[in-house]
Amino acid sequence: MSSAPQLDIDHVARLARLALTPEEKAKFAQQLGDVLHHIEQLAKVDVSHVEPTAHASPVYNVWVDDVAQPGLPVELALKNAPAQRQNMIVVPKVVE
Amino acid sequence: MNYEAVIGLEVHVQIKTKSKMFTRVAAGYGHEENTLTDPVVLALPGALPVMNKAALDAVIKAGLLLGCEIAPVCKWDRKNYFYPDSPKNYQISQYDQPICLGGAVEIELPGPARNVMGEHKKIPLTRIHLEEDVGKLNHGASDSLVDYNRAGTPLMEIVSEPAMHTAEEAYAYLTSLRATMIYGGISDCDMEKGQLRCDANISIRPAGETRLGVKVELKNLNSISFVRDGIAHEIKRQLAVVERGGTLVQETRDYDGQTGTSQSLRSKEMAHDYRYFPDPDLMPVKVDAAWKEKLRAECPELPFAKQERFFKDYQLPYTLTSVLVWDRALADYFEETAKLSGKPQSAGNWIVNDLLRELGAAKLALSNSKVHAAHIAALVQLVDAGTILGTAAKEIFVEMFVSGGMPGVIADRRGLKAAPTDAGELEQWCRDAIAGNAKAVAEFKAGKDSAINALKGPVMKAAKGKANPKLVDETLRRLLAAT
Amino acid sequence: MSSELFHRPITELAAALESKKLSAVELTQAVVARTKAVDGRVKAFNSFDEAAALAQAAASDARRAAGQARGALDGIPIGLKDVIAVAGQPLTASSKMLAHFVSPYDATVTQKLKQAGAVLWGRLNLDEFAMGSSTENSANGPTSNPWDLTRVPGGSSGGSAAALAAGEAMATLGSDTGGSIRQPAALCGVVGLKPTYGLVSRYGLIAFASSLDQIGPFARTVEDAAIVLGAIAGHDERDSTSFQTDIPDYRAELGSRRGPWRLGVPKEYFGEGLDPEIGAAVEQTIAFYRGQGCEIKEVSLPHTRYCLDTYYVIATAEASSNLARYDGIRYGHRSKNATDAVDLYFQSRAEGFGPEVKRRIILGTYVLSSGYYDAYYLRAQKVRTLIRQDFLNAFREVDALITPTSPMPAFKIGEKADPLALYLCDIYTIGVNLAGLPGISVPCGFTRSGLPIGAQIIGQPFQEAQMLAIARTYEQAHDWHNRQPQLR
Ligand SMILES: [Mg+2]
Ligand SMILES: [Zn+2]
Repeated sequence: MSSAPQLDIDHVARLARLALTPEEKAKFAQQLGDVLHHIEQLAKVDVSHVEPTAHASPVYNVWVDDVAQPGLPVELALKNAPAQRQNMIVVPKVVE
Repeated sequence: MNYEAVIGLEVHVQIKTKSKMFTRVAAGYGHEENTLTDPVVLALPGALPVMNKAALDAVIKAGLLLGCEIAPVCKWDRKNYFYPDSPKNYQISQYDQPICLGGAVEIELPGPARNVMGEHKKIPLTRIHLEEDVGKLNHGASDSLVDYNRAGTPLMEIVSEPAMHTAEEAYAYLTSLRATMIYGGISDCDMEKGQLRCDANISIRPAGETRLGVKVELKNLNSISFVRDGIAHEIKRQLAVVERGGTLVQETRDYDGQTGTSQSLRSKEMAHDYRYFPDPDLMPVKVDAAWKEKLRAECPELPFAKQERFFKDYQLPYTLTSVLVWDRALADYFEETAKLSGKPQSAGNWIVNDLLRELGAAKLALSNSKVHAAHIAALVQLVDAGTILGTAAKEIFVEMFVSGGMPGVIADRRGLKAAPTDAGELEQWCRDAIAGNAKAVAEFKAGKDSAINALKGPVMKAAKGKANPKLVDETLRRLLAAT
Repeated sequence: MSSELFHRPITELAAALESKKLSAVELTQAVVARTKAVDGRVKAFNSFDEAAALAQAAASDARRAAGQARGALDGIPIGLKDVIAVAGQPLTASSKMLAHFVSPYDATVTQKLKQAGAVLWGRLNLDEFAMGSSTENSANGPTSNPWDLTRVPGGSSGGSAAALAAGEAMATLGSDTGGSIRQPAALCGVVGLKPTYGLVSRYGLIAFASSLDQIGPFARTVEDAAIVLGAIAGHDERDSTSFQTDIPDYRAELGSRRGPWRLGVPKEYFGEGLDPEIGAAVEQTIAFYRGQGCEIKEVSLPHTRYCLDTYYVIATAEASSNLARYDGIRYGHRSKNATDAVDLYFQSRAEGFGPEVKRRIILGTYVLSSGYYDAYYLRAQKVRTLIRQDFLNAFREVDALITPTSPMPAFKIGEKADPLALYLCDIYTIGVNLAGLPGISVPCGFTRSGLPIGAQIIGQPFQEAQMLAIARTYEQAHDWHNRQPQLR
């Protein structure tokens, strides 16, 4: 993080499964470059003896007992599906 | 050059719970498509995960059974990747703080003969972590259909060290691991239902080399025998490539157990970058001593320990123990029969030879058998007392298996009990036998005890098979001694 | 009741309902009529369901007639930000991605409001997926500030703030990840409360940044805010991050807590970038408390300058993962231009998300990606620890902190085109989210041009009752909250 960060926008957009237009790529690269430049200053903070905070008030062992409860009826579960057949969600053929 | 194969297994085991890992809709197999969903399973906007306590108990128990160290604190991470069977497009899993570390699976390799125990080894484990299963894709001709019933089922990932060297070891590893999980009540491990799934990492290296070779990940090893065949096939394939002077490439291959071939999955996907980070929706887990001890107290004796005890307490031969101990219910059944009959060896023989044969032929599970421990114990005692003869006992067993009747009742009804014989008559038959078998008598007198059996045949024949063998034996010995 | 029923606080309306001078149906009809009359200009609503609201109002009247009224919220129309699930109603997050999504389930806060008898009224506009500070990043177009229709209402809960200020609901719920309740409350001249992280269940709230998001109320008065908070707070088994804590009667506590308090003024919140009129109004607010006998103490929160960067790393990282589920497979926008299963993700997400959402997904994906995690995400989590520690240190000396809510009053729609400039709107509110604290914005004046100003009071974890009492003391001595916008 010491030098100017290199954001490979094509690579990151692929990871994020976002198709970007050339215009979006150029614009985002510039805007995010500015933001990352700003974020650079985090490198100045001495965090060598600091634990990370994942939760502001951490609690342990938050669970419930294993008791099955009714879920969604299949009609409701699939109600918002863009495409369905035989009570299943249709997607283009997935090649493994 | 001599090559050595190095194998590590990644085994996914579904935990047997009533509800899913992070939500309380029912978990199960064989239900109508998409009937086991809720907002959390479908990753609807706004849905949040909540841990299932029973799944945590199960994985800790698995860790204790395998001698793992249970981490005092573990947490949840998100493994980010897109796939249509993954509703959130991340899987909740454990990355750098898994719940179980280390441990080992004890295995037994095939012995030099069927009735001789093979070498035992401990295959070290790297870790066990808890995660959630994905949904199921059904591939059609032009599209794919997704069923999310399986999505969110609690799943353990058990990762071995790369410490196995043959397909036989991998086979033994899975057999032992599977039995352990079933013993612990953690999973039914039915591979046909996907409750146990195995991926293998296989590489070869020149003998003596300590660094690992180029690793091939073998997927879709859908039965325990496919695991053995697939790994054997892959080792052969790698050796062939090297012997041809070719180079191995790191890849994932799909093994087809039907054809016994494998094929590279040259994924068009870019290299994975799972972007693991702690799941902010879940709190960490702290496992204290009291929790561990409570679960430890519930841990059953495992097959190999049971086998040792069966050797020691019952003086059973390897051929019986090696069958009895791998099925917890069968082992319990045996112990009950042994206790009721007081004759562990005979009880073991009846169970392993007769009961299992009939169950197999009838395609029945032990739990559905009409023959209970008390039936076999009664039969053992009747035979031992000489009330029933061996051949009659076999017949009685078969009927008992079908009807569930007690052996004494069946024997009475069918007149299969050894007849009470007139002592004078029996003595006369014995005298006749001694008189007519000079050679056997001479051998017996010369110290060959088993020669007496040659005299029993004629006596039984004269008695039309209904003489009490114990009485026959006693009478013959008395008369021989007096001769 | 006066003709301007829709500008009255809940406390008054509840009394009128109780004494049967007013029916819930009449009140709801008034709110519906007001919405129809003004929302063409304010554009606070994404949608509303008049029939459903009137049916709930009629049910409320029936309960009351049967002597089974459920308290102060029974029959009161309350609007929800369009990221909070209501069974059978649209849930769009102001995104094309969810334009046609109808929620099959209720959020926990929705269930709680229903139990309290509230009339759920409308789906309120926001910055798409709550990403923004102006409500301009909405697939439905921007919401206007009722005090000046050419200006933004703030954001991301701009629809919730504007609807309340314009009399289109009696209270509203928003969500606050980096200031998204408090900042629009300040810009629209209403009370906005962000609870302690874990006080209110997030179940059914469309996640932006899970470790920062909290649902909270917008209300005309501090007492109204206390009433709504009391209805929605409390442990929820369905949200693992919701806290097990006793929920006091916040409204009753207002009467029993009188101070004086020790109030801290963090010096880092009064520097460069603060609009002088806002600075002056907040100084006067502080002077008021001093006059009330409160001890005023300057405190330092030394890591304040790192809040914005820490926030943008953590919030975008979490968002990049939270928004992965919007893939057009099980629900949501599905592209018709995809060539195969993999391309379906790329095209559906490209078509379904707006530019600010894409920008943040890219940034969040980047900071988590291989080789960058330690430098960005892990480091930000550590700086977060220091930021929280700053606040906890300050709370050893003081009961609460007073700061400006926003560095600037409402700005013109379209004025801030640069994302970084817009990110700076949140500099005074973000620290509260990173530290998981409660914060409330109360009206504390107007600029010369007539734009509202808000002061922020930051409380200690789970000390909402005290924070509300402090805010109430100020409100009772001022009448900023009684002013109404002219919708020009
Ligand atoms: Mg793995
Ligand atoms: Zn796994």
